[in-house]
Amino acid sequence: MDTLLKILEDNATLTPAQLAVMLDKEEGDIKNLIEKYETDGVILGYKTMIDWDKTDREYVSAMIEVKMTPQRDRGFDRIAEKIYQYPEVQSVYLMSGGYDLCLIIEGRTMKEVAYFVAQKLAPIESVLSTATHFVLRKYKDKGVVYGAPEVDERGYFI
Amino acid sequence: MAHIDYDRILPRSIVEMPSSGIRKFFDILDSMTDVTALTVGQPDFLTPWKIREAGIESLEMGKTYYTSNAGTLKLRQEISRYMNRRFDLTYDPKNEVVVTVGGSEAIDVAMRTLLSPGDEVIIPTPCFVCYEPLCKMTGAIPVIVETRNEDKFKLTPELLESAITEKTKMLVLAYPNNPTGAIMDAEDLEKIAKILREKQIIVLSDEIYAELTYGHRHVSIASLPEMWERTVVVSGFSKAYAMTGWRLGYICAPAPLAKQMLKLHQYAIMCAPTTAQLAAITALRDCDDDVAMMTAEYDRRRRLIYNGLRDIGVESFEPEGAFYIYPNIGKFGLSSEEFCEKLLYEHRCAIVPGVAFGAAGEGFARISYAYSVKHINQALERMEAFIKSLK
Repeated sequence: MDTLLKILEDNATLTPAQLAVMLDKEEGDIKNLIEKYETDGVILGYKTMIDWDKTDREYVSAMIEVKMTPQRDRGFDRIAEKIYQYPEVQSVYLMSGGYDLCLIIEGRTMKEVAYFVAQKLAPIESVLSTATHFVLRKYKDKGVVYGAPEVDERGYFI
Repeated sequence: MAHIDYDRILPRSIVEMPSSGIRKFFDILDSMTDVTALTVGQPDFLTPWKIREAGIESLEMGKTYYTSNAGTLKLRQEISRYMNRRFDLTYDPKNEVVVTVGGSEAIDVAMRTLLSPGDEVIIPTPCFVCYEPLCKMTGAIPVIVETRNEDKFKLTPELLESAITEKTKMLVLAYPNNPTGAIMDAEDLEKIAKILREKQIIVLSDEIYAELTYGHRHVSIASLPEMWERTVVVSGFSKAYAMTGWRLGYICAPAPLAKQMLKLHQYAIMCAPTTAQLAAITALRDCDDDVAMMTAEYDRRRRLIYNGLRDIGVESFEPEGAFYIYPNIGKFGLSSEEFCEKLLYEHRCAIVPGVAFGAAGEGFARISYAYSVKHINQALERMEAFIKSLK
């Protein structure tokens, strides 16, 4: 039932009762389905989209391109698993194209991110090179637009 | 030099035409902030990107000329194909399709072409606000019939027959309906058609919400036997393709009628905007999936608001088309305007008083669900607080 997943992906705050009404199902069935998705690891968690720029939290994020030597039998998996252990690492993707791993790192300051790259990431055996790109501004993330809340400009013609 | 006296210059028919029955309500709404409104009559989706891109490309390619008066032939051909594949209707793109500036112009042109002073036009209400004033502008006489909640706001044969006289020239049939969300299926329409086949009455069938039905596919009265020749279908791109601001609609009518309508359109408008016409070709060719996606989303919201209202003690018949729900608020002992004004003032939630859609709307309100689920839930919370305060 993709529709349930699509709806939850957009808005995880809807209750099983509301979802049941929207999808024309029984509330109990929706609860069971969500539970099954959670058990099967299809639904991994529920998070909140926060525009930290609107708070006084000191915060910087960067995208890091990593080139590596793959390991015999395990390819890039083990090394990716090692890298994602670091709490600074928000996302790890294996990429096609000019480099191998793409990391999204969050830190308090640019210095902290630079320190992570120099002290933790670069020394890992099989990491050949890294390129760090700091995020200057987030316009849209996971389908959500950052910045001023959208104003409804529609004329209310009846 | 004499001072110019506008009161003498302006015709009474224009001055007396109401700008809107509920101007006061919208004035209050305009003056307030932090209002959760469920008032608009247009989609909250953006025009699908493919369509916008086609519009942009047409500008980049310098396609900024007039088209032929009836609209570019390619678009008329696409409209003709669309009417055929969706509603089983056959119109010759060369002689039976006129592209207009929105469904509104289509209605205006159709009425001005077909009506003479003294003709009677049967208008089932509650309905969209334009039919009555446009009808009056031709000198024709609007004959208002009130559809009922217990009939799910369908036009019944009894109601129709009670309104027909020798002067009846036109029946306005606007289903799926704004504001009620009512639809008429093939069986309902056949009962109406049976009466009309014996008469010299043209149906002006406003099918602007035809794509937005839930559970039933829309049926056009023109597709019933012997009804094609008595029907003018008006529709447009605004609701189905979320293209309200593009202002594009069309008329499909038998050639002898379309030919006359084209003259009025030609002198008043010349042609519909070229950018919108070229974008609309993409809409009809490539956007069935987008329409299905939007319709599915409206359907989920429809169920959410229908159940949500019921849960807070507001009864409504279950709408099956458009994106409105039309609850009965009579039991709360307030007029529809009082109800909506209090809800707005005290709980900052805006819905449209039913009387905006004719006297038949007293005791009702129109709620649009062309809003996000989050927005709808917030509005439901505000309405719930209001309903509790009334008890």
